[in-house]
Amino acid sequence: MEINYRLKKYTFTTIIHLFLLVVAVSCIYPLLWMVFSSFKTQQTIFTNLSLIPERFRFENYYLVLTQENFGRYFLNSIFYTGSVVFSIIIIASLAGYAFSRLNFPGKNLIFIIFIGAMMIPTPGNFVPLYVLLNKLHLRNTPLGYILCMISGGLPLSIFLFKTFLDKMPQELEDIARIDGCSKLRIWWNIALPFAKPILGVVAIFNTLNVWNEYLLALVVFDSKHLMPLQRALVVFRGEYLTNYPLLMAALTITTLPVIVIYLLFQEYIVRGIVLK
Amino acid sequence: MKLRQVLEDYTFILPAVGIFTIFYIIPFFFIFRLSLFEWDGIGRLSSATFVGLANFREIIFRDSNWWRSVGNAGWITFIALTFQNSLAFLLALACSKRIALRGVYRIIFFIPPILSEIVVGMVWRFIINDVDGANIVNRVLVCLGLHQFVRAWLSDPNTALNVVALVHSWKGFGWAFLIFLAGLQTIPREFYEAAWVDGANSWQVFKNITFPLLVPVIILVAILTILGTMQSFVLIISLVGGELAGYTSVPVLRILWVMRNSSRFGYACALGINLGIILVVASFIQYKFFKKVRNLI
Repeated sequence: MEINYRLKKYTFTTIIHLFLLVVAVSCIYPLLWMVFSSFKTQQTIFTNLSLIPERFRFENYYLVLTQENFGRYFLNSIFYTGSVVFSIIIIASLAGYAFSRLNFPGKNLIFIIFIGAMMIPTPGNFVPLYVLLNKLHLRNTPLGYILCMISGGLPLSIFLFKTFLDKMPQELEDIARIDGCSKLRIWWNIALPFAKPILGVVAIFNTLNVWNEYLLALVVFDSKHLMPLQRALVVFRGEYLTNYPLLMAALTITTLPVIVIYLLFQEYIVRGIVLK
Repeated sequence: MKLRQVLEDYTFILPAVGIFTIFYIIPFFFIFRLSLFEWDGIGRLSSATFVGLANFREIIFRDSNWWRSVGNAGWITFIALTFQNSLAFLLALACSKRIALRGVYRIIFFIPPILSEIVVGMVWRFIINDVDGANIVNRVLVCLGLHQFVRAWLSDPNTALNVVALVHSWKGFGWAFLIFLAGLQTIPREFYEAAWVDGANSWQVFKNITFPLLVPVIILVAILTILGTMQSFVLIISLVGGELAGYTSVPVLRILWVMRNSSRFGYACALGINLGIILVVASFIQYKFFKKVRNLI
């Protein structure tokens, strides 16, 4: 009886582990193919059926970064991501502080509008946005793209800052007030340091969001030299349909920062998902 | 003094409100206005022809391409709701137990969701369609002697949409998994202990404790799945390359196509509004449906 029970439990655990393992392998397998194929040649990619290439061709990366201009697209992506995330942190924390700590007419209504924007699905919003950007002469400019991306990231970021700052003890603020700190100083010296944990969540979340964004990049940019990575990848594939090693190298370059950021800061990402 | 203070307070939200108004709220209202016009997007807006609700009539009665794309997205959403979410649920149940390596699994399962849809689509296309050597599905079929089933999965109209749905689920399950896992961890241990003491078996515990307490989380995941999947289209661009003569068209791709290729901006806006309404209604029905289910248990 006892042995039977143990055997059953043992089988059960094995099945669970097998199940988890199969799914886990399926998550990593495509990425391994991507990385290893980026080192193959155009011939061996079709003939060599093993995962690991006979010789690692690092020159693929050199070709992609220089001749195919992915160095430029990479820097574009870094520039867009950096400016958007930095702006969002400043703008959203200012607003989050105001919504949490200050009292002004219309405060609740404005906050509800921001939250409502998070809830209401607005597919097709890019059509009027395209018209508007054309009117403002912001289409096909980095500024136009950056402003649109800031706008898209604001509601969630403001919400996160506001709810976190609600937990800030009032005494902290009162002491600073008595010392004669202005509201701006309180935001900078007290609220921002207090909000550090949520600041990390906002930063990581928006970084991944901007880095992986495609739709607006498609609507905003025509000129190749302004494009971020995701958009450039599609253009590149359209031009060189069959050059797989180079395509895989470009994909690896695009993915590597995301994986690194994820592994370094996965606590923040997990927290962000759960808070949302 | 009072006025100065109010103005000072407003400066804190001014940048946020300014940017958000121009790039979100104005387009939000502009889309309704534009949807009543026939306009090519090139000439002056004042030269556009007012057509009233003609665009909406055309969508509802004559645009079979549109409804086909809604149907396609609906099918992908159905697969995501059933296959993706139940897979995520099972994995979360497995990882909520004290099991070896569960931290590692959690990290690995969330890798696909952080990748861009462009990368995911291009890599999977490379693997299952373009290069036979990488195609583990076809290789397994050959090994089993099932040569007749070997195909270019994404070029074949019969299989392309289902492959899109599967890859979409592959990318999405880790995200649902995390939310389910977080939900499972909020259930107090005492509930389980009390049930064990009363002599309940695993199935009874699941049916009477775990599942009912998780219904709010399930509703949340289901609604977010609908909203996300019905609006997804990037994966189709990177995986299939386009609409494949309508077999893999989805609503947002249609809107993009109408806007860029046929230059009917008013009609594109009307399509966007139509999809927005479908999504709100679908989420609402889903919400009601799950509430009913909870009351039944």
